[in-house]
Order: sequence, then C-alpha cells, then structure tokens
Amino acid sequence: MEGPVTAGLDARLMVTRSGGFVLDAHLAIAPGMTVALLGPNGAGKSTVVSALAGLIPIDDGVIVLGGVTLDDPGRAVFVPPEERRVGVVFQDYVLFPHMTIVENVAFGLRSRGVERAVALAAAVEWLNRLSVADLAARRPDDLSGGQAQRVALARALVIEPDLLLLDEPLSALDVTTRVDLRRTLSDHLEGFPGPRLLITHDPTEASLLADEIYILEDGAVTQVGGPDDIRLRPRTRYIADLAGSNLVVGSASEGVITTSDHVLHIADLHIAGDVLATIHPRAVALHRHEPEGSPRNTWETTVIRVEYHGDRVRLQTGDPLPLTAEITPGAVDALELSEGSAVWLSIKATEVAVDPA
Amino acid sequence: MTAVRSTRTVRRPPAVLLILAALGMAVFLIPLVGLLARTPWRDLPALLVGDIVTDALRLSLVASLGATGISAVVGIPLAFVLARVEFPGRAVVRGLVLLPLVIPPVVGGAALLFALGRRGVIGEPLHEATGLVLPFSMWGVIIATTFIAMPFLVITVEGALRNLDPRYEGAASTLGAGPWTVLRRVTFPMIGPSLAAGLLLTWARALGEFGATITFAGNLQGRTQTLPLAVFVALESDRDTAVALSLILVAISLTVLVVLRERWWKVL
Amino acid sequence: MTVRLIVGVLAVLAAACGPAQGAGEGVEGRIVVSAAASLTDAFAAVAVAFEEAHPGVSVALNIAGSSLLREQIREGAPVDVFASANTANMDQLVASGDVVAPEIFASNLLAIGVPAGNSAGVDGLDDFADEALLIGLCTRDVPCGEFGRLILARAGVVPALDTDEPDVRALLTKIEAGELDAGIVYVTDVASSAGVDGIPIDPKDNIVAEYPIARLTGSANPETGDAFVAFVLSAGGQEILGRFGFVVP
Repeated sequence: MEGPVTAGLDARLMVTRSGGFVLDAHLAIAPGMTVALLGPNGAGKSTVVSALAGLIPIDDGVIVLGGVTLDDPGRAVFVPPEERRVGVVFQDYVLFPHMTIVENVAFGLRSRGVERAVALAAAVEWLNRLSVADLAARRPDDLSGGQAQRVALARALVIEPDLLLLDEPLSALDVTTRVDLRRTLSDHLEGFPGPRLLITHDPTEASLLADEIYILEDGAVTQVGGPDDIRLRPRTRYIADLAGSNLVVGSASEGVITTSDHVLHIADLHIAGDVLATIHPRAVALHRHEPEGSPRNTWETTVIRVEYHGDRVRLQTGDPLPLTAEITPGAVDALELSEGSAVWLSIKATEVAVDPA
Repeated sequence: MTAVRSTRTVRRPPAVLLILAALGMAVFLIPLVGLLARTPWRDLPALLVGDIVTDALRLSLVASLGATGISAVVGIPLAFVLARVEFPGRAVVRGLVLLPLVIPPVVGGAALLFALGRRGVIGEPLHEATGLVLPFSMWGVIIATTFIAMPFLVITVEGALRNLDPRYEGAASTLGAGPWTVLRRVTFPMIGPSLAAGLLLTWARALGEFGATITFAGNLQGRTQTLPLAVFVALESDRDTAVALSLILVAISLTVLVVLRERWWKVL
Repeated sequence: MTVRLIVGVLAVLAAACGPAQGAGEGVEGRIVVSAAASLTDAFAAVAVAFEEAHPGVSVALNIAGSSLLREQIREGAPVDVFASANTANMDQLVASGDVVAPEIFASNLLAIGVPAGNSAGVDGLDDFADEALLIGLCTRDVPCGEFGRLILARAGVVPALDTDEPDVRALLTKIEAGELDAGIVYVTDVASSAGVDGIPIDPKDNIVAEYPIARLTGSANPETGDAFVAFVLSAGGQEILGRFGFVVP
C-alpha cells in the first residue's frame, strides 16, 4: 500500500489476546467506500471492531483515520474511544435500557456538550430519516429487532462520525426483517460520506452492501477483492465454501494441474508452479455412462450427498477429486441419481479458472 | 398424588408447601403479636414524648443516616475497585469486607476498641496528637454502626457491577462520553435498583445495630444511647418504655421497607 | 399421608421438649443458678466446690446484671437459684411469689476503680465531676449503678458521666483497658482484677451491698437447689466467698 488514504481509514492492527490468538490485519478504506470484513466465528472480527473503536489498544501497528493517528504504540499515541469519531452499530443494538429512544439517539451529542434541545431535535430528525420517529418516547424493551437496529443506526449516524463501524448489524434479525433492513442500510451507507466497515459472516450481505471484501480467517486477511473476485476466484477453502465454488490446489505445468490424487487439464498452457484452480459447480456435467465429446476432464466417481436448494440440486461427488456439481431436479430424476450412485462427470478445460497461488 | 384437574383451575401449590410457608410466616408474625399484646395503649402517647424515647430516636436517626452516608461515600468506590480492578490480594480484601457480616457484632466492637480506643493502636497516637476520643461519643456510634453495616452496601454494589454488561459502557464511550459521563449517565443508572436496595439494607442494619455500639461507644442517654440500647436498658426497669421504644423501631423499619418495596424491592 | 407424617413428627418433638430433667429424690441432676455479675469469679469457685461435694450434679451459671436476671425469672426462665447483688431485685420476686425466704449470704463494699497505675491521677469522688475525665457507672437499675449514684449523691458530687454499662463486669473491662479513667465498682472486683486499682470510698458515703440468695418456687429440681443455697450459707461456701473479698456475716 502506498501511503495512508487521507480522509479515510488506514489501519494496521496487531493484537495478541489471551489464549494465544493473534490478529494481524491491514485495512484501508477510502471515504465513501464500504468494506465488508467477512470471516468465520473466532476469526477476530470483534477484535477488529474493539481496536478501531478504541475499546482495546493494539499491541503493534498504527490506526490512522482522516489523517489523525488514533493508536500508535510505537510512539505511545492512544486516543481514547470518547475522543475518536467512530460511530458503532452493535450486533444486538446495545441501546441504553433506562433511556427513551430519543434520549438514546441524542446521547452522543449530549456527551459532546451539545445543548439538550438541539441534541433532541437532531435525534428526532434522524429517527425520521429512518422511519422510526413514532417510537421516540418508547423504551428499547418495547421495540422489535428491526426497529431497534434502525434506532442504533440513527444513534451512530447522528454524531457525524469519521468512520462508520457496523458489527454484524443484521445477524440478530429474522429473514424478512433482514431483507428489509438491508435495503435501509444500503441507502444510508450510500449517504454516509466517510469510510464504512461492515462486519459480517454472511457472504450475500457482503456482496450486496460492500464495494470491497476483506476475508479474515484466524486473525489474518486471506483475500481482498470485489464481490465477484471473491466469488469466482476464492483463495482459501473457507472462501470457496462460502461462494459455493470448487477449489483445487496443485502444481501447474504445460496445461495440466497435478494434485495429490488427480490430474486436471486446463486451457492455459503457459502457467506454471503452484496454482489455485476454481471450478464453478454449474460447469460440472454428470453422465450415467462414460461420455464422449470435447471435455478434457472426465472421470468416474460416486455421489456422496444430494442437497436440494429450491430449483437447483447440489451433489457432492467423491474420489478421486471431490467436487460439488449443480444440476436441475429434472436431471437428477432422469439420471436416477441418489447417494451411492455411480456417475461420470466431465469438465471442460476452459471452465477451469486458474490463478497463481 | 395425581389428580385430574380441569384446565381452567389455577394450579395451587401442594398443601405441604403451604403449611411450611405458614410456619415461616409465623416466625415473623409471632414476635410482633407479642409486642403488640404488651403495648400499654393508653399510656403510649405520653411515653412516646418522654425524653428517653426522643433522645434515642434522634440518636438512632443521626447514627443510621450518618453510617449510610459514609458507607456510600467510601463503600461505592470500594465496590468499584473490587469489581473492576485486578490487584494482588483482592480475594483477601473482599474477605475482610465481608468479615463484619460474619463475626458477632460485639467482637467487632471489641476490635474497634482495641484499634481506636483511647489506648488503642491508632486511637492512642490520635488522642495524643489531637485530644480526640472516639469511644463514648456520637462519632463512636457512627463508626461502630458503619463498620457493621457497610459490608451490605459494598457487596450489593459489587455484585451489580459484575453483572453489568460492559458493552453498554463501551457503547457510551464510542458515542463520545468520557469516563465520568459514562459513570453518571450509564453505569449508575443501570445499577440504580441494586444501589438503592443496598443503601436500604445498609440503613436498616445500621438502625438495628447493638453489640458493636454498646461495646465501642458505650451507653449514655442523649449522647450514645440509640434505640436498641435504650430498649435493652429499659427492659430491666421500665417495661412500658421498652415496649414504646420497640414499637417505634418496628414502625420506622416496617414503614420504610413497605413503602419502598414497590420501587426498589424487585432487586432484593 | 404426608400431612399425617408431619403432624406425627411435630407431636414427638413437642413431647421431647417437655420439662427437662427429672425432679428426683435427693441431690442430683442439673441446676441453673442466676448470679449477679459481681459474683462471677466467686460463684464459679463455689459451683466447682459444690459439684465436687456432690458427684453427678452439674451447676450451670447464668451471669448478668441483677435486674436483667430478675426480668428473666419474671418472664419464666427455668432457673433454680437466684443470687442478687441487692435486696430490691429479690424483694420484687418475693412480691411476685417467685421466691420464698431469701437469706443474706454475703455483703460487699464499693470502691472507685481506676486503671492500674491511675494515669489520670484520680484521688476521690470529686474527680467524678471532672468533664475532662472519662467516667463510667452501671445502668441505674443494676445494683452497682444504683449504689454508685447513691454514693455520689451522699458525697454531693454531680458526675460528668460518659457511659452506663449494662453490668459491673462490662464496666470493669473498660476500666481495665484504660478506656475509662474511673468508675464505681465493688471491692471484690478490684481484688479480682490485676489491671484495676482501687481507691477506697469514705465510709460515711459508702454503701454496704447485701447479697440475698433464694431457691425459686418454680424450680424443677428443688432438692438440689436447696442444697446449693445451704452450701453457699455453710462454712465451706462462706470461706470461698471470703477469699474473693466478700464480707461474710
């Protein structure tokens, strides 16, 4: 990375937690850009949130936001959370139960010395923007999940922060509310001028809301890219599983990838060395008998599992190279496929996407 | 013991439970009934304005409120430190704080005497330097009462702080609230009910304090003779006054506990 | 069925809580002796001697201020013998029929008690009016407190009191600890405590405290109770009392 992004976020985070977990990640978010931090549980996502918010100090690295250094252990600089301008929307809202909704939203402004009347007016305005103004006098206990999350968003936005941090904002909601709120979130994220970081474990959410996705696994960033990159060219098993794609790791040479058990023919004759190969499940064709035709990769295998997903069926195949294939239910019936069935599969060499590892 | 119940009847607890509960209630009601039965109702108004009674009442109120106030001022910060700060020997300190709850109050009074009496470890140099004598004075009563009652406050507040989800204070910080603002607008209001219950318990214990007071502060009408001490002395000489004093104690305590029940009892 | 079980248990418990010891023939079993605080050490020795003379008998001593002991008896405490530090408390029990025919078994004089060494330099009853000194008496209903006030009145001194202790032993403890500069206690207390020095009181102001003893009419073990009273009045008992500083008739 060349220099810090001036009005955005540039954070090199190194944190060691008790139990031996180490977070070592570099995030750069330009203003007006939404980055999603995607990763499994235990990857360190909440540590990232706490460190950026200032709730925990980093052990090494630098956090710079809008040109201001927030945390630099090397130079003994640490800005406490109340002086950072980071707006956080928490996973289960964390609305103050002893205050009304409007008091909750006005809290940030009042803490910064804004007069009560002015703060309340600003709070009401934001509640309006999020269509929950009629809840102003209620208490957090009275609200549904969706309503509470809107209030939490208003509370974070009203202070006009330099960085917006959303920690799994939709995870606690049911499916319908989630879809509804995702739209609201999308609109308000668009409207927010600064950098925005969205923490999530849902790849769809990440794809729909973010401009760029960082994958965090076990404390380290394993891939950075746009939603399509992540989906089509996953660099780790986890990401591939997320995307529902097939990932093969091997060594390429003269149009052939050699893995421990098998050989794959690919279109690229020049690539050599360690590679990652992606095969989309839809590119895997299944046959009852050994097929004739152009596909260079064909082999016999067994069906291990059959999963119905609406109008698509995903089948797991076994040795010599386990893959996921996606076909229609009609095809499943026509081929009389079930668990344990013997089946032939074929993949065109041109359907194998290859990248250096 | 299965019986077919119509779905519309409310399930009553089993008979055994009710009998035992009634016995439990009797434990509290019987002494009260005994007291009311001995009350000289005709003479009561005159007794209540006698100066033994008014002196004792005044001293009890001053001592119990004073002890509660001191407990709040130093006890709440102590509770904070015990709940939030890790330091070597924390378990020992917590044990010491709980000690007055466990040892007989008279033993507590004796210990105070050895420490703060005129010939006490700290009391002697204090007396030589300032001429201050703590026993046999109102301050002695307040000290003895505080010693016995403060643990209630510390334990209640410490428990409440431990149970408080730290994310609320974290959220408040990220919104821009400095440490004092967080304490004032988030922490304290959220432990409010427990804090109130703790203060109430502390005050109630302070009001009834006897053993440490008589051992450390002595017993002198108008200066150190609180309601419990006055009852003890009056029992041997003037039974009617003893009953009047007891009634006052019971009446004050019951009124406060019942009236505040709705608002703050939930937590106790 | 469970209810019947509980009722049964309660009945057994009630039966077991009936009258404690059998009131047998002869001197045996257990007696409870309520004795004034100033008799603490003396009666401890008397009890031991009595138990030695009558093997199998046990004496339980209940020590407190005489007025508290009187109240306990009035309220029905299961006591067999009462030894009081003044006649007033005993007379009340005669009037209420709880005792018959008390007898004086010893008398005691009062003295000014000061911490060993007398650091405050107390030399007489006049010092009791000194505000700067820490002065203690017993509560006015306890014999020691009643007598102390009478003595001060006779000497024409208005005391600057700092505390009324519930019984003479509590007062003695505080004097011994140096927490009080002076108090009025019995000469026997001064004799029994190494940490307390005594200053004699002018005989014209002093009071002779007469100690009566009696067996209670409601005693569960009257024979043994009578035997104890007889022992206290006997040469053996009187010798023990004399050793502790009591004046024996």
